[in-house]
Amino acid sequence: MKRRSSLTLWTGAVFAGLVVLLALVSLFWLPYDSDDTSGGRLTGPGGGHLLGTDKLGRDLFTQLMTGSRIALQAGLGSVAVAALLGVTLGLLAAFAQGWFDDTLSALLDILIAFPTLLLAMLIVAARSATLGSAILAIGLAQSAVVARLTRILVKRVLAQDYITASRTSGTTWPRIVAGHVLPNMWPTLAVNLALQFGLAVLAEAGLSYLGLGAPPPNASWGRMLQEAQATFTTAPAGALAPGVLLVLLVIGVNLVADGLRDVLDPTARKDRAAA
Amino acid sequence: MLRYLLRRLVFLLVSLVLASIVLFVLLRMLPGDPANALTSVGASPEQIAAARHSIGSDKPLPEQFTHWIGQLASGDLGTSFVSSLPVGPEVSQRLNVTVPLTLSAFVLAVLVAVPAGFVAAYKRRTWYGALLSGVSQLGIAVPVFWLGMILIAVFALNAGWLPSGGFPQDGWDTPGEAIRALVLPVITVALVMSASLIRYVRSATLDVLDSEYLRTARALGSSFGRAMWRHGLRNASVPVISILGIELASTLLGAVVVESVYALPGLGSLLATGIAQHDYPVIQGVLFVSTFGVLIIGFVADLVQRLVDPRLRGRLSGGGAR
Repeated sequence: MKRRSSLTLWTGAVFAGLVVLLALVSLFWLPYDSDDTSGGRLTGPGGGHLLGTDKLGRDLFTQLMTGSRIALQAGLGSVAVAALLGVTLGLLAAFAQGWFDDTLSALLDILIAFPTLLLAMLIVAARSATLGSAILAIGLAQSAVVARLTRILVKRVLAQDYITASRTSGTTWPRIVAGHVLPNMWPTLAVNLALQFGLAVLAEAGLSYLGLGAPPPNASWGRMLQEAQATFTTAPAGALAPGVLLVLLVIGVNLVADGLRDVLDPTARKDRAAA
Repeated sequence: MLRYLLRRLVFLLVSLVLASIVLFVLLRMLPGDPANALTSVGASPEQIAAARHSIGSDKPLPEQFTHWIGQLASGDLGTSFVSSLPVGPEVSQRLNVTVPLTLSAFVLAVLVAVPAGFVAAYKRRTWYGALLSGVSQLGIAVPVFWLGMILIAVFALNAGWLPSGGFPQDGWDTPGEAIRALVLPVITVALVMSASLIRYVRSATLDVLDSEYLRTARALGSSFGRAMWRHGLRNASVPVISILGIELASTLLGAVVVESVYALPGLGSLLATGIAQHDYPVIQGVLFVSTFGVLIIGFVADLVQRLVDPRLRGRLSGGGAR
């Protein structure tokens, strides 16, 4: 069992690591300038361009490399927003009693029923279509999920006898949160945040596909796919490569999450799917 | 059960009112006056004031809200700022595309995912069990629009079997064409949906396979099939039902991307144009109708859960979902 979980973890780490590597390299070196259109339009792979060029003559591989930065930024940024806001709200809801807790839970349930992408569309439309808006929007939408999970986890910890013992011996609430609640819920939360990372990457790609993500000339994978859709049959590389990388990154992160769950949470160490 | 039904109905109504207030307030918090949608770029302040007056956005918010609720109560979703057409008929016309799309994809996904998830759990030590888990792992990582693009390239552009997008002008008056237009979108949504469903069904089945009541039933001489049928199915279906509700709701609302890939005139694309044009009545109308749909779905899912699992009947909502 131990072997299997570390295999999952490592496979995931390699997949996601490939994309991280692309992004890191792109900071120092790119095969071509990102606005170099000297390659001719929609050429196939080969001839100095590893994957060919897009419809403006820009090198596809260069676009993919810069796109990896956007995907990672979107994932990390959204998860940071979701974690910060979600954990705070969840803690509040868990400690609140009576109607406030009920109202907050009902609101969260309604919010969760709305797909991330839809909430994000509203927020992006209200602000402007930039990567920052997309990250903020996705993070806000995801914070509802994180808040609900946090609330459940916190309540579970607070019901334990050692909390009562701690209270009777005079420990203050802030110290209980820092000393018992956060450390106990951290493993489950970390796994969920990793899953949210994958969802955020997909949501950003979706927003960009709809024209609501990072504006041109930023090469978001979602927009690259949208631009290549019309020429799918004549120049398939442009319509396939960004999708392959998206899948690679998201699967990688999901596998890391599954592996982490097995490592961090010994009670759940059975080969079952994420719930 | 009747008592529960009444309490749950009250909860449904309260949620609906709560949701409409949140919707209204959220939309008014968005920057940009809706009157901008009516006026040209260089409009004078007088023109803008006139535009604001004509749509009532110069009135105080509570007044705008009561006006909107009053309209809603009489079944009127308002009039589009941009096209000056009533929103209600437009929304119901769009539902003719989105509802069949969502429901058939949902049914297809359940038909695929329930057996597949069961096999993935029961036969998890075999290669095909592992393969099924792997495929669902892959499926949840594939962006729905990319899957759509690939299906279009393969089945519409290359093979030429099905249209690559659009919906017939006459809609369901030409049922053959309408169905052909929806085949690929339905498959796209169903595949993505079943990928995540398989994981939940697998997880629920594993819980049952581990359970002591199943072992007891087997020890008392019941066959595996009979024990599974009498005890396993009921227990496994409780968490799955609540996930089904959430999946159905999010597909109903999340159809916007698929509708965009296949150029379908559905609810999602109406919302997308509404958002782009700051057309509040349209946005409000679409979101209100879909929120209503989401809450009804939740209501039905809760009810079905309680029919299946009597232990839940004391609780108001939720249950089973993890």
